Amino acid sequence: MDKMTTILQPDHATIAGVSEPAKSRAARRVHGLSDRTIAWLFVAPTIALLLAINIFPLVWMIRLSFTSLNLSMSYLPLRFVGLDNFSDILNDEDIWFRLQTTAQFVICSVALQVVVGFGLALLINRQFRGHSFWTTIILLPMMLSPAVVGNFWTLLLQPQIGPFNYLISLFTGVPPSSFSMTGQVALAPWTIVLVDTWMWAPYVMLICLAGLRSIPDYIYEAAEVDRASAWRQFWSITLPMTVPFLMLAVLFRAIENFKMFDMVNLLTSGGPGSTTELVSITLKRAAFEKWRTGYSSALAIILFVTVFGAANIYVKALNKVKQR
Amino acid sequence: MTAAVARSTAHSIVDASPRIKAFAGALVILYALITILPLLWIVATAFKSQSDAIAYPPKVIFEPTLEGYVNLFTVRTRQTPDFIAKLPPPETWYDKLVRKHDMVIAGPSKVVPRFVNSLIIGFGSTFLAVFLGTLAAYAFSRFRIPLADDLLFFILSTRMMPPVAVAIPIYLMYRQLNLTDTRLGMILLYTAVNVSLAVWLLKGFIDEIPREYEEAALVDGYTRLQALRKVVLPQAVTGIAATAIFCLIFSWNEYAFAVLLTSGEAQTMPPFIPFIIGEGGQDWPAVAAATTLFVVPIVMFTVLLRKHLLRGITFGAMRK
Repeated sequence: MDKMTTILQPDHATIAGVSEPAKSRAARRVHGLSDRTIAWLFVAPTIALLLAINIFPLVWMIRLSFTSLNLSMSYLPLRFVGLDNFSDILNDEDIWFRLQTTAQFVICSVALQVVVGFGLALLINRQFRGHSFWTTIILLPMMLSPAVVGNFWTLLLQPQIGPFNYLISLFTGVPPSSFSMTGQVALAPWTIVLVDTWMWAPYVMLICLAGLRSIPDYIYEAAEVDRASAWRQFWSITLPMTVPFLMLAVLFRAIENFKMFDMVNLLTSGGPGSTTELVSITLKRAAFEKWRTGYSSALAIILFVTVFGAANIYVKALNKVKQR
Repeated sequence: MTAAVARSTAHSIVDASPRIKAFAGALVILYALITILPLLWIVATAFKSQSDAIAYPPKVIFEPTLEGYVNLFTVRTRQTPDFIAKLPPPETWYDKLVRKHDMVIAGPSKVVPRFVNSLIIGFGSTFLAVFLGTLAAYAFSRFRIPLADDLLFFILSTRMMPPVAVAIPIYLMYRQLNLTDTRLGMILLYTAVNVSLAVWLLKGFIDEIPREYEEAALVDGYTRLQALRKVVLPQAVTGIAATAIFCLIFSWNEYAFAVLLTSGEAQTMPPFIPFIIGEGGQDWPAVAAATTLFVVPIVMFTVLLRKHLLRGITFGAMRK
């Protein structure tokens, strides 16, 4: 967490109070609390809450990651095992498979969301009549509860009774009960990508739309004067000027999907077999079904470090966008 | 967006020809219809009878019934037809509906307590997060705080952590403190998650309020706190409301913590809905009814929030 940002501070970096006459400051200190006390009083509760709910448990977990604690056998004395948990995890082929599954899910879903989201943003940016109403409709899925989404998609994707297979068979003639989107090894990984894209392409769209709208008209006007083709305008103006926004969307979606638990847990619960078992689901099983607390603490820390690194980049990207 | 200006200076990308506009519009509307279809299907399933819900081919046209909603709110027991024939005539329309399937209502289901839990935990954590967030955001916006950037990063980074990983130590801690499966425990946890969003969003909103107003008030003899209450807060009301709705939506929708840390007493709707079961598996009309009731407030809030949505999903970094 090196010097995070220089831009975080608002544009008007003057400090209230400093510019004011000393007299009024002194007078204020008489009636009320000094600014410094207030600043401290206002920030402290938030920091205290985060320390209690986030940092203290995290530190505790770091300690546990060096132990062999298993909650289903908590009568055993706590035994410190050094880095054994970490080496177990890193030498565990299964974990690497789960990480690979997760990476494939992240890459495919984010790529698809970028294509769909950016495409939609380009279309909506044409400002056709009624675009704002239809945009709101498109945005709905991303506001829903991922768990509830995962749950109701299991109905939609039922081989016999679900409308999805029925529609596919209407268009392709494949019998609707001949394939199962959530039950087949070849299809299940695509199913979670599909549902995730249904849910989150609007997110990418909304951010891209902001990017597109930040491009001043006069740039296009100048390009028109130079008789640049629409294609050329897209490649030399639209795309480069939207890329920072796109990057932000990609990074955020990648972090979110890396942590993905709720939607997939309800849609496929990792199955069939373990074809869609994302690393969060593995972690949940290790921690809350096998109760291997020490081991799962170590895995959690590995995930933490990964996300923390990504979050670091994310905040930098946020500030870069903010600067514009 | 200055649409009027764009329109007067015709150029290909921003102001497309009517034909291109119509084409773009048609594609977007098509996508919107495909997107909304799953939701409409769920709303419709809630009005299907059990057999219509699992019919093949899937039924688009069906006779609507409220069985799904009745099943959602009640627990029923199966009885012999003789037994039902001997009962006094049904008192209510829902008694009648249930008896058609040789069942009698045995009592209310757990859906109301779960809904109440969702409301209490949602509003409780939202109130706390917005309250703490407003104070912290004001301080970050107006005062020089040592290491402000690092603190803001720290605050945001706590939200980025995988919930399952966070839940492991929280589970152990709550067990020690007797907070497992309590509303208080869930409120505190959701407050901690939401406060990061609240600080970042509200800092953006407060940054936009010109500090001259406050400074004028301070010169007039207001204390800092009076100036905050009487000058800043009234101007930040829209921002505070938008932030509150974002927090509420998070708590309302949250599943991972809820499923790992609650089992009964404090269980909210998201872990409850998938386990609404009838005879032989999930009772789809009842699940769909619960989903509909659960989603309607979110749809309303999305429409209300439309203008602030971008801000909310980017932690206040982007405005328009």
